[in-house]
Amino acid sequence: MADPMRIRASMAGDKVEVRVLMSHEMETGLRKDASGALVPAHFIQNVTVTHAGKTVLSAQWGTSISKNPFMHFRFKGGKPGEKVTISWVDNKGERRSDEAVISGG
Amino acid sequence: MPFHRLPAAVLVGVLAATLPCICAAQQDTQKEIERYRQLLAEGNPADLFEARGEELWKTPRGPKKASLEQCDLGLGAGVLKGAFAQLPRYFADTDRVQDLESRLVTCRVTLQGIDPAEATRNPFSAPGRPSDMEALASFVAGQSRGMKLAAPLRHEKELEAFRVGEQLFYRRAGPHDFACVSCHGENGKRIRLQELPKLTDPHDAQKIFTTWPAYRVSQGSVRTMQHRLYDCYWQMRHPQMDYTSEASIALEVFMAKYANSGEIQAPGLKR
Repeated sequence: MADPMRIRASMAGDKVEVRVLMSHEMETGLRKDASGALVPAHFIQNVTVTHAGKTVLSAQWGTSISKNPFMHFRFKGGKPGEKVTISWVDNKGERRSDEAVISGG
Repeated sequence: MPFHRLPAAVLVGVLAATLPCICAAQQDTQKEIERYRQLLAEGNPADLFEARGEELWKTPRGPKKASLEQCDLGLGAGVLKGAFAQLPRYFADTDRVQDLESRLVTCRVTLQGIDPAEATRNPFSAPGRPSDMEALASFVAGQSRGMKLAAPLRHEKELEAFRVGEQLFYRRAGPHDFACVSCHGENGKRIRLQELPKLTDPHDAQKIFTTWPAYRVSQGSVRTMQHRLYDCYWQMRHPQMDYTSEASIALEVFMAKYANSGEIQAPGLKR
């Protein structure tokens, strides 16, 4: 199981501003290890953000995203005290889902 | 007819025309790097290491099934806040000067009963092989964020470590005839785009020494001050700097003197 994400969600005017740090190796599949063997690709493929039962962000990622990725976005319609849920699935089928409570601006 | 002179004259003209552009470009590059760092700083992945370090700190582990919560980092058993701001320092129980990492090793050995060789087996992580030491160091350092560095320099052994560190800093050796001072003795030096701090100048030292441990984007991991020294020694082609060795701590005591009263911004974020 991957380490938990670090999520900060707060009001910025009438929008919710979300910052997420994910813990993931994000292997490109091009790197070789010490013995010269290729390290298999291992990366987050799909990211989904939901709020109040609605998907507010959906992203398809690839190998060009850095290790331990950081994502920053805003969406409309959230209020302090409500929850934002972020989940990812990687190319090996591993998944992680975390949620955060929106704090006041 | 001095035909052969013409290309030279043309070249001088071209140089004169491009020089201001190069300077402007360099300033722009510097600004862009600053901007890039600011963008990165909003999402410092060192946060992830701090979180893992906190978990490791609080979880009972080792043969004694104990957590590290009773670890004495210099301000008494279990005091975390501000402890990092007063390291390295002399510890009476071990009768030596210790830095953060060597003290963490001591606690893992005495409190948790972990074998000393095991406690120092994996100090620097590699992809797929995370290091507990990097996570623990990040967590403890983060507990002193915003405080001013005040590493003591009073005890006889602290003073001795300072003198040893001073010798090591200035003494050139190895196949490249290098010393720390070769790179860190002048203001305004850099390797490619990486500025080199003058470590004996408080202005530089206060800004740099206080940002370790730091997440290194190029390495995808938090690196500690011990790793910085290990890498510097490798770059100088000196014999390997052993983890938490007396020599490494002496150099830290030396650097801390000039960095004292700088604000701790650890764990930081670096290229």
